[in-house]
Amino acid sequence: MMLKHRTYAEVKGGDSSRMAEQVNAQQARVAERLAGVKACVAVMSGKGGVGKSLTTAAIAAACAARGLAIGLLDADLVGPSAARMSGVSSTGLEVDESGVDPATSPAGVRVMSMDLLLDDDAPLAWREPESESFVWRGAQERSALREFLSDVRWGDLDLLLVDLPPGTQRLIDLAELLPRLDGLLVITIPSAASQSAVSRSMRLAADRGIRVLGVLENMAGYACADCGEVRSLFPGDAGRRLADQHDTTLLGRIPFDPDAAGHADMGALDQIMDHTVAGAAIDEVVGKLLKAIA
Amino acid sequence: MKFLCIECDEQMIFEQRQLPGDGTLAAAFRCPRCERVVAMLTNPMETQLVSSLGIKIGGREVPEQPLELVRSEVVGGRDDAFADADPPLPPQAPGTVVWSLAAVERLEGVPRFVRGMVKRIYADYAKENGIAEITPEIMDRARSELGLEGM
Ligand SMILES: [Zn+2]
Repeated sequence: MMLKHRTYAEVKGGDSSRMAEQVNAQQARVAERLAGVKACVAVMSGKGGVGKSLTTAAIAAACAARGLAIGLLDADLVGPSAARMSGVSSTGLEVDESGVDPATSPAGVRVMSMDLLLDDDAPLAWREPESESFVWRGAQERSALREFLSDVRWGDLDLLLVDLPPGTQRLIDLAELLPRLDGLLVITIPSAASQSAVSRSMRLAADRGIRVLGVLENMAGYACADCGEVRSLFPGDAGRRLADQHDTTLLGRIPFDPDAAGHADMGALDQIMDHTVAGAAIDEVVGKLLKAIA
Repeated sequence: MKFLCIECDEQMIFEQRQLPGDGTLAAAFRCPRCERVVAMLTNPMETQLVSSLGIKIGGREVPEQPLELVRSEVVGGRDDAFADADPPLPPQAPGTVVWSLAAVERLEGVPRFVRGMVKRIYADYAKENGIAEITPEIMDRARSELGLEGM
């Protein structure tokens, strides 16, 4: 015999698991925390190894040098590098019940990254049994990203830059978590492979109504350390092609600069910005980027 | 989810949550009319799916801590990542919660990456439940009820 009883909707009392309530509260905390952030821009590439994280850190430093209040959130939880790239070495983040202070880079950028929290060279690992971890790893990473947004005392910012890992999942997470994503900066190298990898992600962004602010082409030639002359390094012109294809702007072409790479290894971004060909090119990009956001 | 006592046609009320320490979870619900209690038991995978969303079945007794999921679930966190790892001081002001010596000792065994947060959670739990002194027994109880596995 079938038991007769009321259904979920007919039982009028509150949901005792209060899951929806908790999810809503999480979302509200993100919005509240970012209320003082004027613009939020994500930085994306199609593949790794295109110098995205260093470029993002350099852009953040260049913005700070212009007197802007800048935050840099490293959404690459598995391969974090924003703190190292920004020259942040100290940890011991201040924390109380209201939140965690971000680290501050020598350039004055407020930085939050998993590389501030993990032991040197320790991979990101979660407490659970590894066997079924694929099931919830995505959810955990999304939750960690949410905590980086809502639990860090970002304060008032002119711009929060979010350094995304390769692939599109984190971009989707970010767009869902943020009350407003103001735009996307795309970084590529000249090669066709890089172009096609990031083109897919740009289409996805467009489908979701995310504005692409522009494309930046990295390793666009080789800047001679002696004479500063730029010579060809990779064949291709992915930056120009992507900009045309997706109806956006080519914000700049940054030459590979051995000097800059050397400084980057030492976390000396100020040296890059003040004394290298790449630094000057990045500063030009920043000018255009800020105009695109405004 | 909701639990209904069919016999009384009465919605059951969330009573308590326990984490036995093997990755599973037990949530007890009581019928306000006949006082019957049922337990919902979830396996490690179901338990993990919920906790990876930063959600607690039955709601929260104590406020969510900053970076709670990151600090409690990440393995290999730096000892010096956070500045809140120092042991609790003897209480000065009346009304603040007291830590017994044994409780302080036990807290010192918690990895520094998560220690400051655990300290605040126990203090919140004590306050919430009108407990004046935190002892290892209170820590055990809070740990089980709040789901502080591995802390
Ligand atoms: Zn009943």
